[in-house]
Amino acid sequence: MSPIFATPIDQIGAQERVSRLSSRSIKKESKVQALHLALNMIDLTTLEGKDSPGKVKQLCYKASHLHDSFPGLPNVAAICVYPTMVPIAKKSLEGTGINVASVATAFPSGMADLQAKLDEVTSVVDAGADEVDMVISRGKFLRGEYQYVSDEIAKVKEACGDAHLKVILETGELVTLDNVRLASDLAMDAGADFIKTSTGKVSPAATPPVVLTMLEAIRDFQAKTGKKIGMKPAGGIGTAKQAIQYLVMIKETLGEDWLSPNLFRFGASSLANDILMQILKQSTGNYQSKDYFSID
Amino acid sequence: MSKTIKWEYSPAPEGTDHIKLKKQYELFIDGKFVAPNSGNYFKTINPSNEKMIAKVAEADKTDVDKAVKSAKNAYEKVWSKMPAKERGKYIFRIARLLQERAREFSVIETMDGGKPIRESRDVDVPLAAAHFFYHAGWADKLEYAFPGRKANPLGVVGQIIPWNFPLLMAAWKLAPALATGNTVVLKPAETTPLTAMKLAEIIQEADLPPGVVNIVTGAGKTGQAIVNHANIKKIAFTGSTDVGKYIMKAVAGSGKKYTLELGGKAANIIFEDAAIDQAVEGIIDAIFFNQGHVCCAGSRLYVQEGISDEVISKLRNRMETLIVGDPLDKNTDIGAINSKMQLKKIESYVKMGTKEGGSIFQSSCSLPNKGFWHAPTIFTDVSQSNRIVQEEIFGPVLAIQTFRTVDEVIAKANNSPYGLSGGVWTDKGSKIFKVTKDIRAGVIWANTFNKFDPASPFGGYKESGVGSEGGIEGLSGYVDLG
Repeated sequence: MSPIFATPIDQIGAQERVSRLSSRSIKKESKVQALHLALNMIDLTTLEGKDSPGKVKQLCYKASHLHDSFPGLPNVAAICVYPTMVPIAKKSLEGTGINVASVATAFPSGMADLQAKLDEVTSVVDAGADEVDMVISRGKFLRGEYQYVSDEIAKVKEACGDAHLKVILETGELVTLDNVRLASDLAMDAGADFIKTSTGKVSPAATPPVVLTMLEAIRDFQAKTGKKIGMKPAGGIGTAKQAIQYLVMIKETLGEDWLSPNLFRFGASSLANDILMQILKQSTGNYQSKDYFSID
Repeated sequence: MSKTIKWEYSPAPEGTDHIKLKKQYELFIDGKFVAPNSGNYFKTINPSNEKMIAKVAEADKTDVDKAVKSAKNAYEKVWSKMPAKERGKYIFRIARLLQERAREFSVIETMDGGKPIRESRDVDVPLAAAHFFYHAGWADKLEYAFPGRKANPLGVVGQIIPWNFPLLMAAWKLAPALATGNTVVLKPAETTPLTAMKLAEIIQEADLPPGVVNIVTGAGKTGQAIVNHANIKKIAFTGSTDVGKYIMKAVAGSGKKYTLELGGKAANIIFEDAAIDQAVEGIIDAIFFNQGHVCCAGSRLYVQEGISDEVISKLRNRMETLIVGDPLDKNTDIGAINSKMQLKKIESYVKMGTKEGGSIFQSSCSLPNKGFWHAPTIFTDVSQSNRIVQEEIFGPVLAIQTFRTVDEVIAKANNSPYGLSGGVWTDKGSKIFKVTKDIRAGVIWANTFNKFDPASPFGGYKESGVGSEGGIEGLSGYVDLG
C-alpha cells in the first residue's frame, strides 16, 4: 500500500503555531477550571518491570483519593498498567467509575507476531480491561508496509470487542511530522478510538508539535467521516503548565467537544501531583511543599 | 464521566500602572522639548475606547524650520565630525535603553494604536531594538558595506512615518540615517505619536548630541513643510501611495534624494501540494496581523482549485477562533482599527465588495461598543476585475480567488499596480523558485509570511515604492558613494 493519505506537514510552521498557542495567558477562573479538567483527564500510569500488586493497589487507591484533605476534586480518568496487573487494578477500582487501561501487543516494542499480540489483547479484555493501549509496528511502518500496520490495527480492534482501543504511534521513532500525520490517518482509518503519542519508553515522547499534528489529523478525520477520535499525549508531561498548554491546543484546534476525558487523556505518572499543588495554590495563595502530596 | 464543558479564557490584561505618560507632549528640537510656535495641540486617542491619552504639539513651518536648523547645525558641527565608532556607541545605547523599557513601550504602542499587546510585545518593540542594534554595528564598518567606495553622509534627512508600526518605522528610519552619519527631522503619524515621543526621551537619556534627532509632530501640513524644506537633502517616507506621488512631484528637480515605501496588494498563493494547516495559519497571519494595517499584507489569496473548498472551510473555522477585543489583553489576536477614518474606509470597501457580487464571510465575534472595530472578513466569488481585489484596503479584509495553473497564477499575481510582497505555499522547491522568480515584488515569502530582519532589504516595485530599507541596500539610501 502506498501512502494514500499524503498531507505534508511543515515542521517550522507547526512549531510556530505551537509557540503561538503556548503564549496564551490562562489565569484566575479559567486556570482553576483547566486544572480540574486536566486532573480528570489523567491516565495515572505505572509501566515498570518492577511493578508489583502492592504498588498497583496503592496507585489505584490514589486514583480515587487524590487529595482527601481538599474536597471536591475529581478522580483521574483511568489507571494504565501492564497486562498482568489488570485483575488487581480491576478489583481495586471496583465502584469508583475509574477505568482500567492495559497496554498490550508486546508493549513497548511491538516486536511479536500478530497472533501473540491478539492473544494478549483477548486476555487483557477477558481480565476486565476497559481500554487497550496498543503499539503499532514501527519497523513495518518505516519500511513503508502501511497495509500491514493498518491490518494489524484493524485486527486488534476486532479483538478488543467493547474495550476502547488506543493506538500508540511511538512518534519518537517515527521522527518526522509527515510520518506522524500519516500514521495518525492510518490508525484512525483502521479503527482506533484514540490515538496516542508514545509509550513513555522512547525519547522524545509527547512534544507539542507532534500533538498538534495529531489533533489536526483528528479534526480532518471528523470533517471527512463525522467520527470523533480521542487523543492521548503520553510521556514527558509532568507539569500543570504543560497540561494547560495542551488544553489550549485542543480548544483552539478541535473545539470544546474534546475537552472531556471521553476524548482526551494525559498519560502521566507525576502530573497529578503538580496539578494538585497548583489547585491548592490557587485556593490558598501559597505553594505547599511536595511532602504534602502523596507519591503513590 | 464528566460531560463537555465550556472553557473560556479569563481576561488577562497587561498592566498599565508601570507606564509613564505626560498629559501633554511638546516638540523635540535641539535635544529639548519645546512648545510649538502656534500654541496648537491635537489629541491622540486610544482607538479601542476613544478616550484621550494625551495632547500633542502641532508643528508648523516655523517649527520645522527650527528643527531643520538644529539638525543642520548638529550635522555640521558634531555628527559628521564624530568618529564613526563613537556614533555607533550612541546607537547601541538607544537600542539597549529601548530593550530595557520594552514593556512600557509595548503598552503605550498598544494604547495609542490599537494593536494587540502580543504583537507590540513580541514583534514591534523587539524588532525596533534589533534595527538599532543592527545599524549600530554598521556605523564604523561602512567601508565593508561599500568596498572600495567612500560612504559620505547626505546631511539633514527628513523622515515621515505611518501609523501602522509607529515605533518600528521610527527605528527603520532613524537607525540607518544615524549609522551613516546623517542628522534627522522625523515626523510620526498624527494618530500614533506617543512612542516616538517616548523614543525622544530615550534619545535624550542616551545623551545623543542635541539636534542629531529632532521629532516634530503634526499632520499633513507638517509633513509638507518637511518635504519642501530647502535644507533637507533626502526624504524617506513610508505611507500611502497618494502621498508618495505627491512627494515625488514635490522633490522633482530639487536634488533631494528620496526613498518611498508605499502601498501593496500582495498575492498569497497556495498550491495543492502545500502543507495546508500551516498554510492556513500563514494566510491568517498574512491578512489579519495588525488588523491588516500592513503594507505587505497578503490581501489577495489565490488557492489552487483542487483544495479551495478545504482551504476556505479551514480558513473560516480558524477565523472563528481568533480572539477580537481589548488590545491590552494578552490573549487578544485582533485589536482595534487605528482610527475612525480608517474604519470608514474599510467599511466602504466591504460594502463595495458585497455590492460587486462577492460572497462575504465574517467571523461571528462580538465587537466592543466603544472604539473602532472590524470583524475579520473574507470575500470569495471575486475576480481580478473587482475593486476589492485591485485596491489596497489596509484592513482585515481578504479577497480569495482560485486558479488552475502556475502560469495563470503568476500572471494574476503580477496583474496589480503594486509589487511590494507576496507569498507562496508548496511542498515543492522547484515551484518556489519558479514563482518567486517570476513575480515582481520586493519580498516573497515561501511557506511563511511577515518575516522581518534588519539585515534583509524591504522595498517595492511599481506603485509600491522606490528604494529599499534594511540591510546594505537600506544603508545605500542614506549615503553618497564617492
